[in-house]
Amino acid sequence: MIAAYLVLLIPFIGILFFAVSGHRTDTGKLNVRFNAVCLAATIWLAINVLNQGTILSPGKAFLIDPFNVYLIVLTAFVGLTTAIFSSPYMAHEKELGKLTDQRLKLYYSMYQGFMLAMYLVLTTNNMGVMWVAMEGATLATVLLVSLYRTPESVEAAWKYFILCGVGIAQALFGTILLYYAAVQVGDVENSLLWSVLYANADKLNPEVLAIAFVFMLIGYGTKIGLVPLHNWLPDAHSEGPTPMSAVLSGLLLNDALYAVVRNKMLVDGASDSNMAGLLMMGFGLISFLVAAFFLHRQKDIKRLFSYSSIEHMGMMTFAFGIGGPLATFAALLHMTVHSLTKSAIFVTVGHAAQVAGTQSMDKIRGLIKTQPRVGWGLLIGTIAIAGFPPFGVFTSEFLVLLATMHSYPWLTLPLLMGVGVAFAGLFRNIQPMVYGDKPEGQVPVKANLWPVMIHLGLVLWLGLAIPDFLANWFSQATLLISGSTPL
Amino acid sequence: MNWLIAVIQTSLFAALAPLLAGWIKWCKCRLQNRKAPSLFQPYRDLIKLTNKQPVVAEQASWLFTIAPYIVFSATVLAASIVPLIAVDLPTSASADVIVMVGFFAFARFFLALAGLDIGTAFGGMGSSREMTISSLAEPAMLMAIFTLTMTASTTNLSVAISHVLNDGLVLRPSFVFALFALIIVAIAETGRVPVDNPATHLELTMIHEAMILEYSGRHLALIEWASQLKLMLYGVLIANIFFPWGIAETFSAKALGYGLLAIFGKLTVLAILLAVSETLLAKMRLFRVQEYLGFAYLLGVLGLLSYIILEASR
Amino acid sequence: MTIEQQDFYTQTILSLAALVGLTSFLMLGQGRLLRLIFVFAVQGLLLTLTTALAAYSLNNPHLYISAVLNLVLKVIFIPWMLRREVIQMNTHRDIEALNNNTMVMLGGASLMVFSYYVLHPIVQTTSPVMLNALALSLSVVLLGMLLMISHRQAVAHVVGFMSIENGLFFAAIVATKGMPMVVELGVAFDVLVAAVLFGIFFFHIRTSIDSLDVDLLNKLHEVDK
Repeated sequence: MIAAYLVLLIPFIGILFFAVSGHRTDTGKLNVRFNAVCLAATIWLAINVLNQGTILSPGKAFLIDPFNVYLIVLTAFVGLTTAIFSSPYMAHEKELGKLTDQRLKLYYSMYQGFMLAMYLVLTTNNMGVMWVAMEGATLATVLLVSLYRTPESVEAAWKYFILCGVGIAQALFGTILLYYAAVQVGDVENSLLWSVLYANADKLNPEVLAIAFVFMLIGYGTKIGLVPLHNWLPDAHSEGPTPMSAVLSGLLLNDALYAVVRNKMLVDGASDSNMAGLLMMGFGLISFLVAAFFLHRQKDIKRLFSYSSIEHMGMMTFAFGIGGPLATFAALLHMTVHSLTKSAIFVTVGHAAQVAGTQSMDKIRGLIKTQPRVGWGLLIGTIAIAGFPPFGVFTSEFLVLLATMHSYPWLTLPLLMGVGVAFAGLFRNIQPMVYGDKPEGQVPVKANLWPVMIHLGLVLWLGLAIPDFLANWFSQATLLISGSTPL
Repeated sequence: MNWLIAVIQTSLFAALAPLLAGWIKWCKCRLQNRKAPSLFQPYRDLIKLTNKQPVVAEQASWLFTIAPYIVFSATVLAASIVPLIAVDLPTSASADVIVMVGFFAFARFFLALAGLDIGTAFGGMGSSREMTISSLAEPAMLMAIFTLTMTASTTNLSVAISHVLNDGLVLRPSFVFALFALIIVAIAETGRVPVDNPATHLELTMIHEAMILEYSGRHLALIEWASQLKLMLYGVLIANIFFPWGIAETFSAKALGYGLLAIFGKLTVLAILLAVSETLLAKMRLFRVQEYLGFAYLLGVLGLLSYIILEASR
Repeated sequence: MTIEQQDFYTQTILSLAALVGLTSFLMLGQGRLLRLIFVFAVQGLLLTLTTALAAYSLNNPHLYISAVLNLVLKVIFIPWMLRREVIQMNTHRDIEALNNNTMVMLGGASLMVFSYYVLHPIVQTTSPVMLNALALSLSVVLLGMLLMISHRQAVAHVVGFMSIENGLFFAAIVATKGMPMVVELGVAFDVLVAAVLFGIFFFHIRTSIDSLDVDLLNKLHEVDK
């Protein structure tokens, strides 16, 4: 249990520390160290959970089970690699004169603040605290989106703030309804604890819960970026600093989905109808298809990949909606590989934009000729995210298709079509950027591509063979969510 | 005996209406730091007008001459329906709230006709505006009244008021909405700020005054008196429906005395509130009146709705 | 059970609920920013009263803390901040032209009916008070959204946002007798931070577009043109 407290304590210290000394030149490296220690703590926590099973903290405030512990490790991992990337990136931005000391302090402090909010969402046992932390994540990142203070970034941040704030208010209403259902059956003090709710799920009033779930799905769905609540997502991703885009895409969306899945487990426990699942499938499928088509109409490289994030989140939501062990397993795997791949892509995109001095895809050309590692990183990342074998995304998408074929055969068709459309949308834009002629005077930038290589390596590994302990881990989580295991 | 009380009550209505108007004017003057005219100034005005010879335009038809009498008598009849100091009077038993609204519509119809009759630009304009506003205000008023009548399951004002009285102190959400709706409608119907300003004759903004511009002498006196009556009537309606306490339920002298005192107190307070709001608010543009009355209608609907959802027994 | 049979506490709560709904409507039709902020503060005050009443009648001391938090945040701090902002921006004399005000109002009424309709399934399990509290707070939430859609000033958006919070708060107090303390403190903290952030944002928006009219924030599009 100490590990869990450590995971929360370290970023908290980080917030205070960087708020004071975030402008120093070595802050980037310190930020890496903070995240590294955190990762170590999460791995320790994960080992504990693997050995002992679900852990409930003494005050029942925190709950670590196989489902969230793997997300915690993933969060820490992506947090660390993004921190590694952000160190030279932010230094470069400062050299360009885009940032002041004050804003660097804000950036590093809020980076840790965001990590803290993410860990809190994942570890807490209290649905109310989960909401608070989710809102906290918005509050922490909203000023980072407008870090550059351009009119566009201010607009994006305002949109992000208002849309997510209003959206997540719906989730609070859902939480209140949930609490309302819970106080009618159980003791008042612990009624919002997930462990208590889950144990009493069959006694909760299914009608109240169904309404509550609709609000939760809309609320947290805004954060996931489900169509038609997605408008903030491309703006926030494209206007903020690139490391922020990486963690938003890789972590925030996952955690919002995590919250929805937790609630789905309650609703499924309370009633026999598959209402929650069907809703998630519908929203997921629409998001998936709409985002796939929008990929064709983008001109900004970061917007392109944020639409790709919506597309993948749509697919995960769809998969969780199908339910059943196979689909759930696939969704968990997809969550992992998408996080890894997407944050790797945003890292390379950040470097590519620095190389070309713009985010406009019409002007980014000849990356391979200028800086081969960035060019290849972007190309391979895109191949991976588009779902080519042998990368992990292929495996998970294949499993989702398989599960769909099994449960709802007709839906395989739109899914396949969406995959095709998305693939075309990505490649028609990426190909000229990576190849093509190098513009005059384009020079390489100082870049640290280790995070990209590690991430893509892991995704490749997951595509070729899922290691035993990881498969075991996933199937434990699947068992928790869907009630049986696929293996 | 009962008929006697009913007649007395109606005469009280007619007799006290100018006093109420004088009191409102007095409050407004004090609030605006002006020297106030006497409380009885409206009586003096009425007497002065009655003693003057009316001047009738050459083009005016018989309609123009009889309209003041119709308007006044319709308003007095409406007043006889509304319980002022006592419930269960024979006049109020014979007619209900819809008849009262009908009397108002009747009076307004003749007033509008009279405004058109002489064929001046102002008269026609005033009539058209008056009809526009009342067509918007009437549904809102009926909505508010229906809320009350549904609670009491009767459209008879007297029975409804005693129903509210017998329930004791019950806070009803529907009444909150209905009260606000009725206040807004009352302000619009009696031509007070912010819909109309009774104190000016500014051609572009006047509504009620434009219609009666051509009247003089005793005709004008009757119309003025009728509109004072109408103001008081709305005041009594608001006071006695929503705060019926004090109204006499038996016809003993003591109960009636208390009833008189109670309505005096309630109207005094209401008049002060009206004066304060008239001092604070500015007259709105004519084209915003529809929004204002739309709001009243909305409140009426909400009142009805919350009655149906919350208070109707299942 | 008809309303006459309810106890006085319930009647008061119901009437306060009606008043909270009324303030939401008043805000919806309000074109002047200062008056909008004033009505918002009144709504906050009504909520504080509700909370204090609930605390008193349920004998629940932690609701007093909520009441005080609410009073400080939503009746004093946020209105003060917004008011200062409006006066600094010199927009307190402007009247925002609201398009289709009547339509917006009627839309608001339909939203209210809609929220009763949505929550109707739970009526079997609960008293009319609960239904009313939940439905009313849902409609305050939806009306807050409508307010944000129909107004163009950033300040009005913040008021809408905060009135959404008010609606949620009302639901939490009346329907569930207050959330657990840790959650309530957390929510209050979030609201506080959000309010401060809004203040910062006003500054940013002002420096970037020299106005607080959010219709001018229109540089980013769904598809690039």
